Amino acid sequence: MAELRELLAFSHLLANMVRRDLTVRYKRSVIGFFWTMLSPLILMVILTIVFSTIFRFEGIQHYETYFLSEFLVWGFFSQTTVTTMVNLTLHGNLLKRVKVPKAIFAVATTASGLVNLALACLPLLAIMLVVRAPISPAMLFLPVSFIIIAMFTLGVALGLSALAVYFDDVSQMYQVGSIGWMYLTPIIYPESIVPDRYLWLIRLNPLTTLFELSRYPIYRGQLPPAEVLAVSLAVAAATLLAGWLVFHRLARGFYVHL
Amino acid sequence: MAEPVVEFRDVTVAYRVPDRRIPTLKEWVVRRLTSRIRWHERRALDHVSFRLEGGSALGVIGANGAGKSTLLRVAGGILPPTGGQALVRGRLAPIIELGTGFELELSGRENVFFSGALLGRSRAEMAARFAEIVDFSGLAESIEAPLRTYSTGMVARLAFAVATAVDANILLLDEVLAVGDEAFRRKCQERISSFRDRGVTILFVSHDLDAVRSMCDRAIWLDRGVLRASGDTGEVVARYLEFSASVGACPEPEPAIDGGLPPEPARPVETGPAP
Repeated sequence: MAELRELLAFSHLLANMVRRDLTVRYKRSVIGFFWTMLSPLILMVILTIVFSTIFRFEGIQHYETYFLSEFLVWGFFSQTTVTTMVNLTLHGNLLKRVKVPKAIFAVATTASGLVNLALACLPLLAIMLVVRAPISPAMLFLPVSFIIIAMFTLGVALGLSALAVYFDDVSQMYQVGSIGWMYLTPIIYPESIVPDRYLWLIRLNPLTTLFELSRYPIYRGQLPPAEVLAVSLAVAAATLLAGWLVFHRLARGFYVHL
Repeated sequence: MAEPVVEFRDVTVAYRVPDRRIPTLKEWVVRRLTSRIRWHERRALDHVSFRLEGGSALGVIGANGAGKSTLLRVAGGILPPTGGQALVRGRLAPIIELGTGFELELSGRENVFFSGALLGRSRAEMAARFAEIVDFSGLAESIEAPLRTYSTGMVARLAFAVATAVDANILLLDEVLAVGDEAFRRKCQERISSFRDRGVTILFVSHDLDAVRSMCDRAIWLDRGVLRASGDTGEVVARYLEFSASVGACPEPEPAIDGGLPPEPARPVETGPAP
């Protein structure tokens, strides 16, 4: 709790860090803001073409929307966790020099990621308009979905980044592991094609339910059902708490390792 | 003047480290399963005591790894000591090191504000001092250009200007004079002298013994965490030089402290896996 208050006291620094991330990311590109929209748009178009013409899954209408509705949040999750690890190991020696809350890297990276995620909804909407996918008012629920997903993401980012400070191989293992994790989540394929004996694996994966928070409003045009919401919220809160505790425990040794 | 502004009483900073560094998680798991990890204690500071009166300047000298920066971090409240007490009375500026959190892609102006935020200063405070910072650094023409277009000397000038634009009565300086050309170093020394004239207390860590001699009235010499001498700057520097000459031209640096998981602070030496 005290740490949380401390973090709030540093909201000015947090705002500065987010602003820095966004400036570095967006400002130096030639066509500025449009470019930043263009690159996810191009990626989305490529993936849409690949997966709706080459690898076809039968029985999914508006496959591009099906897939993008979760791929966007996967991008946010994987980018945020990896970047937090890199930031903490690379710039963590800052923590030795200035008195700032140690979790500030993870929080700032997650906040920047959320802004990027919100912006990425614009090219998504553009694609949905072009392919005439239905756009439902349920999408107004997305901010809530994104925040719950961000809680989970922050928890994972905190735990992993603390571990990465101690051990050089954590970030490499995670980069490989996260590819596996993505394919273990029904993002690009429907759950219905998974053989029954592997279904438990998919169900056990917390991202499966969590990402439904994004798929329901975007693809199905409905609010997420209560049980999806409840499970996601519980998983996200538990992960955040666990990540926070791990981080807090390991942070005591940061001074020696950074 | 009698009341010490900074006072260390038997300050000890100890780490528990494994006998051999464990670089990867894989190796840690293997070693936890197959053998016992031997831990031993390493002291970055070992019962260090000193007093610093208001308005004076104390130089901290010693070889690499002697614990000079650790001492500053304890004084700055970043690193809690594992033993003893570190008392600091007064308004403390953050440890001043060059280029804290500079980002090459941002412009000079943006870096001034970002670095200021890191050092805990508000935007309004930085805005009020912005003109002064630019003026001192002499970078008025390139302040809007990204930092990657700056030369090393330009970065150093901006960094020093940002770092020393503070209102505080205790300053902690870590190797701030290590870069820049002769003219700029003189300018930096002048600024530090002006702090002293205003009665600011200074704790100054440096390898530059001439700078220590010219700026500090007292000095302490640390050797592997142990206070070897303290007192008049000239004497302490002379003893340090004598010692360095006796062990070889360049005093041998202590190997860097690093280790595995998890370093319990200040535990007696023990072996075997955790209970």
